[in-house]
Amino acid sequence: MSLLRQPMLWLILGAMALFAGLPGFGGDVALREGLFLTAIAIILASNLNLMIGYTGYVNFGNIVFFGLGGYFGVWLTTMHGWPLVPAAIVAAILVSTIALFFGLGILRLRGSYFTLATIGINEAVRALVSNIDAWGGSTGMYLSVSVYQPLGGPRQALWIVYFLVIGIMGASLFLSWFIRRSKFGLGLFAIREDEDAASVLGVHPALYKSVIYSVSGFLPAMAGALFFFKNGVIQPDQAFDLTMSTEAIVMLMLGGQGSVTGAAVGAFLYDQLRSTLLTSSMFSQFQLVIAGILLLLIVLFVPGGLIGWIGERWPRLRRVLE
Amino acid sequence: MFGVIASMVDGLLLGAVYGLAAIGLTLIWGVMNIINLTHGALIALGMFGVYFLTARVGGSPYVALLPVAVLGFVAGLAIYGLSVHRVIARPPLMSLLSTFAVNMVIIGAGTAFWSTSIYNLPFSVPGITWQGFTFTGAHMLAAAVAVVVAGALYLFMRHTRLGKAIRAVANNRQAAELMGIPSGRILAVAFALGVALAAVAGGLIATLFPFTVLSGSGYQLKSFVVTVLGGLGNPAGALVGGLLLGLIEGGVTPFIAVSWTPVIEFVLFVLILIAFPKGLFARGAAR
Amino acid sequence: MKRLWTALAFAIIALVGGGTRQTVAAADTITIGFTVSETGALNVDSLAQLHGFELWRDQVNAAGGIKVGGKGYQIRFVSYDDQSRPDRVQQLYSRLITQDNADFLFSPYSSNLVATAAIISEQYGKVMLTTGAAEEKTYQLGNKYLFQLYSPAKDYLAAAMDLMKKKDPTAKVALVYSDDGFSKAVAAAAKARAKELSQEVVMDEAYAPSTTDFGPIINKMIGAHADVMIGGGHYPDGTTLARQMFDQKAPMKFVCMLVAPDSPQFASLGDAAVGLAVPSQWEPSVTYKPQFGPDPATFGRDFQAKYGIEAGYHAAGGYAAGLILQQAIAKAGGLDQEKVTAALNATDATIFYGHVKFATDPQNHGLQLGHDMVLAQWQKKNGQLVKEVVWPDAAKTADLLYPMR
Repeated sequence: MSLLRQPMLWLILGAMALFAGLPGFGGDVALREGLFLTAIAIILASNLNLMIGYTGYVNFGNIVFFGLGGYFGVWLTTMHGWPLVPAAIVAAILVSTIALFFGLGILRLRGSYFTLATIGINEAVRALVSNIDAWGGSTGMYLSVSVYQPLGGPRQALWIVYFLVIGIMGASLFLSWFIRRSKFGLGLFAIREDEDAASVLGVHPALYKSVIYSVSGFLPAMAGALFFFKNGVIQPDQAFDLTMSTEAIVMLMLGGQGSVTGAAVGAFLYDQLRSTLLTSSMFSQFQLVIAGILLLLIVLFVPGGLIGWIGERWPRLRRVLE
Repeated sequence: MFGVIASMVDGLLLGAVYGLAAIGLTLIWGVMNIINLTHGALIALGMFGVYFLTARVGGSPYVALLPVAVLGFVAGLAIYGLSVHRVIARPPLMSLLSTFAVNMVIIGAGTAFWSTSIYNLPFSVPGITWQGFTFTGAHMLAAAVAVVVAGALYLFMRHTRLGKAIRAVANNRQAAELMGIPSGRILAVAFALGVALAAVAGGLIATLFPFTVLSGSGYQLKSFVVTVLGGLGNPAGALVGGLLLGLIEGGVTPFIAVSWTPVIEFVLFVLILIAFPKGLFARGAAR
Repeated sequence: MKRLWTALAFAIIALVGGGTRQTVAAADTITIGFTVSETGALNVDSLAQLHGFELWRDQVNAAGGIKVGGKGYQIRFVSYDDQSRPDRVQQLYSRLITQDNADFLFSPYSSNLVATAAIISEQYGKVMLTTGAAEEKTYQLGNKYLFQLYSPAKDYLAAAMDLMKKKDPTAKVALVYSDDGFSKAVAAAAKARAKELSQEVVMDEAYAPSTTDFGPIINKMIGAHADVMIGGGHYPDGTTLARQMFDQKAPMKFVCMLVAPDSPQFASLGDAAVGLAVPSQWEPSVTYKPQFGPDPATFGRDFQAKYGIEAGYHAAGGYAAGLILQQAIAKAGGLDQEKVTAALNATDATIFYGHVKFATDPQNHGLQLGHDMVLAQWQKKNGQLVKEVVWPDAAKTADLLYPMR
């Protein structure tokens, strides 16, 4: 089957085109701001899916990649005057390397022990970064307005960052899709089902897990670098916010873990819900309540999420919505 | 030198309260292998329980702990029935998420009712001054209550039928059922007990420090650290772990800036988790 | 397949479109957007600031609005709750500009939140008047549309240090402050001042803004034999620190704390409040002669009448931000951002709040240059807690209480 006849390819390209085109053609800044956050959510959820959905390891502290990527990115762009794109790429490489190192330690743990360790890592990194004076300590780093000049001033810089984020969103979806279809992905699924059996079958769990843990940090780190470049300021509490980690898990459950479209659709729906509730003074208080009830219902009654549920009702769609 | 000793004594007093909170978490883990992510929310509810019973109804906060414990127990039963019972046999992700979902609901509703503003129990007990350092009465009373509650729990687990049944289920659920122990009911009681302990610990913390509806999450993280120090699933270890954490906090603060304390705590947490997943005090620790 | 595509596209458009309703303001109103910390750690000070904004709006609207070219523009506020969290601030300010079509912006409260909001004002080129944002760094990043009402952080503790030097040149100082941008900047300036005055600093330590247990820090202070404690942060940590210092009988001769003691609610600490001093941007007893707007006494009276509590400096700063913006719009003769910016750059005036003048050099643009601070202290008078101005001499209502206990 040739690549061009795969519905998934066109779904991903279509999503990217819609995201880029809808605000792009009208110059609609408000729409762009909304979709920017949605795209970030999709990036976080679909990379987290590689760990939770594919490998069965619950990473509760996944936001550490995003935050560290942001710190490296801001540090390179402001302190060392790097252009944005190389800074983001180097930030992602650094974060993936660090993740590989962390992974070798904590991936020896299974189940809830692993989950606790990921929370511990996020908190340890947050506390540590709060004490690094070169990174501004607990008050973080501020970008000078002049960093936007090479991109044609702040207004144009915001558009450029937006399109870059859409690119990373697409890359995240393609990455999820390719891994899902690869032999490597098959190994991950085997680990998810039964780690001991997988190693008997010739899969090397320690290696596979460390690699996927490191890979799942790469694109979120790039997204973090872009996000905080746009943000103009980076602070430990904002960069390593456990709520964002857990929200990514909620998104994944909503759409359906283990599925490429599931992660994306879940992130999209959750983020729309969040931004609708954000500014209504009555409901902004209840955002967490509604999200919590939603999550509980999914966990108890539809553990496959939206895509899993669709797949059960219309088995033919399963081939399209991988 | 006196400063270091004073600081360590203060740490121990506080550590007893950390220990009590962690017992609630570790009890649930030991009996049903579930990490209760409503723990922090229930600590916060315990704070508000004591606050409202004391500030609005009147009376001593220590008396208010009793109704708070009962309410905590009832809340625990409800949470168990709603979110835990159905996922107990499923992969850990499911119980993590279902308890986390309830946590979101509680925190969200709490934020809506009480906002995230600071609450403060206007309460002070005369303390003891030694070499210029003062140990406040509230700290000493809180530690005493924590130790008494932990002791009572120990006696309950050792010497009552229900306590023995809980330990039997923790040890081996199938075997316990074969012996005629209704494991479903025992699990619910154990969960509720763990939640009630969290609420009581929260109530004690409210007598010491101001708090918000979000304060629980910080103490939940501390409970994780304590549980890992003492060994997941080991209630006696949790109390020792709490005292140890208090001692570490008190022992290091005179020498380094306070902002480094959490770094030490969490690095220790991750390292111990990797090296001794069964806790520091487990005999023949193995993975 | 094709049907699915169309359905998907429509679903996305519908969902996205639902979130972007544009609010169109009537032609003769001026919309001012801002966020308020209605909830969270900063709510006490932020709400006081909001009351200042509101009093200004109501008085101007009652008098026929802002006069531009013979026409009166009514003022309309659009505001959201930022929950004292910087991550919400950016999202909400973007929304205020892009969806609520705010003409001008007021800042949120506290240097931290303002730093994140400021970048949005610059990205979209919208004028923002900041109040409750003393940290200098925010104004040194190349912003062109930011204007600061408060005296910058370095001014906060200079007076306290000078006064102390006069009273007790051998006093040992403990600098204990919240680990946020504002408090750190203030503390750094205080430390430099102590060095100039050759006053001994025996402790210099920051605590996390969310700290509730100050026991270890207070023990350190006692262990270091400090006589004077200088620092603090915002309302919640400041009140907690004051209370725990009292409970732990820390033998301080003088305590000067940022922000918290300025609030009228601080009196609820009772005896723990006695002797605590606070650097203040404004006190009701000042006697500036305004070139326009109310005089200090009138403002204080009106505020008390409307909200039932005495106006603190956060409230005064809020009202002053409105007044200065109003004057600049009137001078610019329209709502054009560049013209209003130019008018603000040229501002050099005295109002009930004191003298106001902004830096115009590109390195420090918007930094407040004209305004002076005062030092206030809680004292007991006939059994009642009152906040007295103890510095400068020209404005003082009582002598400094030293040692305080």
